[in-house]
Amino acid sequence: MAVTLKINGQTVTAPEGATILEAAHKAGIHIPTLCHHPDLSNVGACRICVVEVEGARNLQTACTTPVAEGMVVHTDSEVVHATRRFVLEMLLSDHPNDCMTCEVNGDCELQDLVYDYGVKWPEHHGTRHNWEIDPDPNPFIFIDRNKCVLCGRCIRACAEIQNRDVWNFAYRGFKTKLVAGADQFMLDARCESCGQCVAYCPVGALYDKMSLGKGRANQVQKVRTTCSYCGVGCNFDLNVRDGHIVRVTSAPDAPVNGMALCVKGRYGYDYVHHPDRLTAPLVRARWLEGVEEKLQSGEWRVFISPSSGGNGRDSSESAMLTPDTFIQTDWDTALDVVARKFAEEKRLRGPTAFGMLASAKCTNEENYLFNKFARQIMGTNTIDHCARLCHSSSVAGLAISFGSGAMTNTIADVTTQSKCIFIIGSNTTEQHPVIGVKVRRAKRYLGTKLLVADPRRIDIADYADLYIRHRPGTDVALLNGLMHIIIREGWHDQEFIAARTEGFEELKATVEKYTPERVSEITGVPVEQLEAAARMLAENRPGAMLYAMGITQHTVGVLNVMSCANLQMLLGNIGKPGGGVNPLRGQSNVQGACDMGGLPNVYPGYQPVTDPAVRQKFEQAWGVPLSDQIGLTVTEMVDAAGRGDIRCLYIIGEDPMTSEPDLNHVRHALEHTHFLVVQELFMTGAAELADVVLPAASFAEKEGTFTNTERRIQRVRQAVEPPGEARPDAWIITQLAKRMLALGAASPRADAPYAGWDYVGVSDVMREINALTPIYAGVTYQRLEEGAQLHWPVPDTQHPGTPILHVNKFTRGLGKFVAVDHMPPAELPDGEYPLILTTGRVLYHWHGGAMTRRARNLKAMYPEALVEINPHDARKVGIQNRQLVKLASRRGEIISRALVTERIAPGLVFATFHFPEAAANFLTIAALDPVAKIPEYKVCAVKVMPVSEN
Amino acid sequence: MTASDGNGGAPAVDLSLMEPVFEKYAGQPGALIPILQKAQDIYNYLPPEVLQLIAERLGIALSKVYGVATFYAQFYLERRGRHVLRLCDGTACHVKGTPALLAAIKDEYGIRPGETTPDGELTLEVVYCIGSCALAPATVLDGRVMGHMRPTQLLQRVKRQIGSPLCSEEKNLEERTRRSR
Ligand code: SF4
Ligand code: SF4
Ligand code: SF4
Ligand code: FES
Ligand code: FES
Repeated sequence: MAVTLKINGQTVTAPEGATILEAAHKAGIHIPTLCHHPDLSNVGACRICVVEVEGARNLQTACTTPVAEGMVVHTDSEVVHATRRFVLEMLLSDHPNDCMTCEVNGDCELQDLVYDYGVKWPEHHGTRHNWEIDPDPNPFIFIDRNKCVLCGRCIRACAEIQNRDVWNFAYRGFKTKLVAGADQFMLDARCESCGQCVAYCPVGALYDKMSLGKGRANQVQKVRTTCSYCGVGCNFDLNVRDGHIVRVTSAPDAPVNGMALCVKGRYGYDYVHHPDRLTAPLVRARWLEGVEEKLQSGEWRVFISPSSGGNGRDSSESAMLTPDTFIQTDWDTALDVVARKFAEEKRLRGPTAFGMLASAKCTNEENYLFNKFARQIMGTNTIDHCARLCHSSSVAGLAISFGSGAMTNTIADVTTQSKCIFIIGSNTTEQHPVIGVKVRRAKRYLGTKLLVADPRRIDIADYADLYIRHRPGTDVALLNGLMHIIIREGWHDQEFIAARTEGFEELKATVEKYTPERVSEITGVPVEQLEAAARMLAENRPGAMLYAMGITQHTVGVLNVMSCANLQMLLGNIGKPGGGVNPLRGQSNVQGACDMGGLPNVYPGYQPVTDPAVRQKFEQAWGVPLSDQIGLTVTEMVDAAGRGDIRCLYIIGEDPMTSEPDLNHVRHALEHTHFLVVQELFMTGAAELADVVLPAASFAEKEGTFTNTERRIQRVRQAVEPPGEARPDAWIITQLAKRMLALGAASPRADAPYAGWDYVGVSDVMREINALTPIYAGVTYQRLEEGAQLHWPVPDTQHPGTPILHVNKFTRGLGKFVAVDHMPPAELPDGEYPLILTTGRVLYHWHGGAMTRRARNLKAMYPEALVEINPHDARKVGIQNRQLVKLASRRGEIISRALVTERIAPGLVFATFHFPEAAANFLTIAALDPVAKIPEYKVCAVKVMPVSEN
Repeated sequence: MTASDGNGGAPAVDLSLMEPVFEKYAGQPGALIPILQKAQDIYNYLPPEVLQLIAERLGIALSKVYGVATFYAQFYLERRGRHVLRLCDGTACHVKGTPALLAAIKDEYGIRPGETTPDGELTLEVVYCIGSCALAPATVLDGRVMGHMRPTQLLQRVKRQIGSPLCSEEKNLEERTRRSR
């Protein structure tokens, strides 16, 4: 029902229940606000928005007063103005006169209001507060309560956006104080340092600590880009001053995240300017000629690793020169060394001597070029990347069940349309923080049911309606058990099953055997919880499933994934809003790296290398004959390198020395690789072992696109120049390709349309991708710049994209139920190694940690590796909290501090892989899933013992 | 379950005493204020661990509990002694000798306004005019107003009160509430 009212004499209609503020805003009438924010609830605290409503006794706050039929409102009358001026005078009477040096000068809502209403600085004022400035040790958030206008926006942002409820007002009257928790430090009050409260503060009371004194609104340029960390794909503005990123600010119109960001996105940008950045190409002396003279003349220098503390030493002495010494050379020299060596190896040993590792941190365009380099120039399909290590089981499993392997629904869809969200094997709060935030919001404000299954009591479990702690490696049994109950009760969607799927009878026969009692025995989950979980799933449809590495990183990863697909098809939860099977991808562009052919079996867009028609298309495009042999996966590549079958490895933006399982084995393999080229931001573990290290540009230093976990293609934009001689990966790959062609390493036909490597910018690369990759055919820079929200498949430039997959038809036609049996993990605890190790990550770090360990304050928050252990097990071997312990498996050992916590179940220990000196992957087992070849990171047997401090 | 941290070395707070309270108000989401009152009855103030426990049990944020606990003057977040002595330092009482009373208490018990003796017996508070200016200097011991106090007299009274197991701030309060009903 619409309501008609008059505002300032103008007739306005508004929907029933709208506020006067909303009605006025829609009619283009401005009413000032302070405590109101469109993203947050209204509390009517500040009284700046007062208006006169005829017939009402007092002035009304427009932000909270609903419109009524026939209402007559004046927003600009003298009494309204006088009241607003009074409110502002009151605020100023307890506000420091500090605009000169205030961080938010020029970006302050109080300042703007005072200016608009011509309020003078009150010379005679009452008592002013004298709160301590910056009293909180949180390294990210600066507090100056003297500037607080008690609007409560931070309180509501933390409660309503972040669901953390850190802030509140305490005391009352003049003593009213904004406090965290029970007047504690923020971090003791459950703060996760997301900075939302800062983003919503209208004045300078909350600010980003890292940005103090670094530049105010009118001194910075803002560059909109996509986050370089996880796969959620948040957008934000890099604030740049004098060629430096000084701050990250929220972009209210960011399509995925709005104003929300996590601690890594908002505060983890300083690695870009870290002194450890590689700034010149490095080549081992043994591959160079005339080193002594070039060093003498100062043209080249001896490289001293910044992390080895060699800063500032005169490095031109040739005394310490050995064949292994890294020499900082010029680009021409380094590129020539690599191109000549690659060309020679290809001539002598053929394409099988090469392995290439693409990067989930590089752009789509760069990964496309890398894939073209492997296939067109080197003639090999041996290209892979670390998605092998996180989601290859998703790609393989969902391809079997549905016909294509990616998140079926979008983040917004899952978190607004679902009746029930089932999270299994995903530490959502810490790994995909902004999705975690949205899930929490759905639970709190939309009444969405939340079911969480995980061996660790992770943060999101605290918000769940039901939390299930199953043993690691028993996911198939758990899911089969749930399906058993669903079928037994007749809760399965028979219509959907009949119309859209095949294989139901086999599934039914298999899950028949998984009675709740048996499943309870395998998984350790009480029968009642199994029954309750099945009922929750059945009664709340559509429901969405979210999972991550807890499902994929097993020898049964593919089976786990297919079980998830089985469950969702059984419930009829596929192809509709609010449903789906949704693997959450770990890195900023891991989806894109897969999409762009960074896989040994497919060209860009998942077109199989074994399909003759596809191969022919690429042969015609690139003008060379192409290999029909499926290449090696990452783990196989490492093995082949260790045996000497692979002689040259070319790795971009990835460090197998932290991410691979069984690191001692990896080190051996890389050391024995004849010629190792690593293209990186930092001197990583792999770079230390390389023959040539090429300095690459970070996400803030280049143009391109990332594809996020929900298949959404978004722009990455250059904000600053790369340091020293560092260059974007696209430039480096193109330069190498051209040199290889000049050396005759490949000779494409000149008339082939995409034979050459002369690109005019990255949009030119995208045009080539459009032409050869049907799912990206309609993804153009022009559309992206115009704001098109594109989820692939986008078959042509008119197509709006595909937010939900498998709507009326599965990619493969019918959805396939694959009956799967429980199989125990490859290595189980025994007398000697009595505990199960499971690995994962924490909020403040990301991936191998090369970036986050160089973000000063992220490192400060979580400075060292911690091994989590249950108090029960700790007691048994005599381990105190924070004590040094040794963790050993059959493959290696690490020393680390213990965190004794109930979050982890008895019999289990948890370690991260962010810290090279104590990387869990020295312990993990390289047991692979037979189909996806993903290693079993989530289960291996270990023992733990205390060690003395020295 | 007991907690001993964060209470400045004071005796551990026995959280199990709260169980009957939670039982009584189970399923009543709006019961925060009565629960805080009961907790204060039990512990004589609201220890941080109790606030934390209440937040957890009611499923509301600690910041919300704290906001309410600090909003109402009836709640105390600092540990208070079994006996509470309030000295009025309003204009009339100040002129008539409150400073000397404060000094006497300081000398005898070593506490200043807002502080509690280490043995938890006595808390000293200062108020500003309790409307009994005719009795200046006015003092209130465990809820009983005493007028025209001299230092020695006051010390005697306080000593007697502390010595008596039957008298305490709570007991007097109880008595008065009973009478006012
Ligand atoms: S918060 Fe705004 S009004 Fe206050 S000092 Fe800063 S700029 Fe000035
Ligand atoms: S940083 Fe985030 S979690 Fe911490 S108080 Fe602010 S909004 Fe809440
Ligand atoms: S800190 Fe900022 S957002 Fe929070 S109440 Fe104060 S002025 Fe408002
Ligand atoms: S904006 Fe309406 S009361 Fe603050
Ligand atoms: S001044 Fe003490 S009672 Fe009035």
